[in-house]
Amino acid sequence: MKKFIFPLALLTLLAGCSGNGTWGWYVIDPTTKSGWTNIQFLISGMWSTILISVIAAAISIVLGLVVALPGQSAKRGWRIVNRIYVEFIRSIPLLPMLFWVFYGLPIIFKSMGLDIPIDPFWGAIITLAISDSAFTAEIYRSGIQSIAKGQKEAAQTIGLNYAQTMRYVILPQAIRCILPPLANQFIYIVKMSAFASVIGMQELTRRANELVVTEYRPLELYSFLILEYLILVLIISAGVRWLERKMGSDERM
Amino acid sequence: MTTTAIELVDVNKWFGDFHVLKDINLTVQTGEKVVICGPSGSGKSTVVRCVNRLEEHQKGTIRLDGRELTNDPRSIASIQGEVGMVFQQFNLFPHLSVLDNLTLGPTKARGLTRTEAETRAREYLERVRIPDQADKMPGQLSGGQQQRVAIARSLCMEPKVLLFDEPTSALDPEMISEVLDVMVELAQDGMTMVVVTHEMGFARKVADKMVFMDEGEIVEQSPPEQFFANPETERCRKFLSQILQH
Repeated sequence: MKKFIFPLALLTLLAGCSGNGTWGWYVIDPTTKSGWTNIQFLISGMWSTILISVIAAAISIVLGLVVALPGQSAKRGWRIVNRIYVEFIRSIPLLPMLFWVFYGLPIIFKSMGLDIPIDPFWGAIITLAISDSAFTAEIYRSGIQSIAKGQKEAAQTIGLNYAQTMRYVILPQAIRCILPPLANQFIYIVKMSAFASVIGMQELTRRANELVVTEYRPLELYSFLILEYLILVLIISAGVRWLERKMGSDERM
Repeated sequence: MTTTAIELVDVNKWFGDFHVLKDINLTVQTGEKVVICGPSGSGKSTVVRCVNRLEEHQKGTIRLDGRELTNDPRSIASIQGEVGMVFQQFNLFPHLSVLDNLTLGPTKARGLTRTEAETRAREYLERVRIPDQADKMPGQLSGGQQQRVAIARSLCMEPKVLLFDEPTSALDPEMISEVLDVMVELAQDGMTMVVVTHEMGFARKVADKMVFMDEGEIVEQSPPEQFFANPETERCRKFLSQILQH
């Protein structure tokens, strides 16, 4: 609860200097009926933001591993596949990729005779997941490389194959240093999910935008929007720190 | 009748332009103990690492039990279960308990049940004289104990050959003998062993054959009596005088 007190105090302070008409907090004043309705409308985007972010992050975590593993291969061809994917995806800005997936991909599907509609929800998830997977892959790479070569060799000499070596020896050790940067990426996804608003996804940013159009109060509404993201990210951070403690990422091996 | 456990014929290997192994010819009979020594960088570790396929040789033939080492992944996997390896840096899995370090290979690669693997693991821990450390994590053990766990881990795979790559070089002096004692016992039990080491006392005690390497070549191979009393080459004489003078 302590975390909420500071922003709320700040809000009250800003409300105090609204005398000259700069601020018009009435637009989200919970004591009035219209203000309360507006707050409810704004917060109702939270669920979509969370859902998009969580699904995109989950896909990115799996996809990132699938991309990272060929990068560790002894075969040059596999490493090149990994490099091309990472460099290519990493260089595409999120917004153009979102447009491409949402407006372009359905055309490709149609030309292939597939009837797969892409709605804003899945368009946003696919874009965020693919865009993020290049970074996730690099996180896995550094984590796997942080494990000494001797571990892999020892696993080989007791007859473990590649998959078993990864599963029982390398990844359980790598996860400790993978987790913190992975959590960072999740926060990044939550923030980047705001882009989904431009393809019509009804999430936090879209809700704020829509209300600004009808209420003409951008300063207050966008302030409130920033506060919503702040609270969301603080909650995630607390969760991540709890998880790190539980898995021992915060201590040395 | 003796059978050949390991056979290297004209084995050559390069790291880039660097010719690490030059025409290596070496035969190890079943039950034989071979000690390889030589100055650092002479290629002795590379020889044992080629035998269990941690490194790939580029020319020549390596046979284990008469089967040639090829690049077929299945052949590599079957070899790596049959040839045990003890590393200088122990390479225990730090996130697993001692017992889990020992049961991982037998359960995952050999398909033993958990109970079978545990019984076997405790048996070998007994043999390396640390039966009471089964539930500890590797980090809680001394270097000597860790290396003995590593030996037990190899033994749990019931290998036909056991390779040692400078097993005592990373140990504090007072822990060297506890590891060597275990190795001597293994040797007496008839295990086929190839040991890269500078522990000449150990070599005198167990070796059937001494191999001296320098600059990627096998300079000398002979029985230990002859090797220590009467080395054939100047290089070998010089090496021995350097490591034996203290």
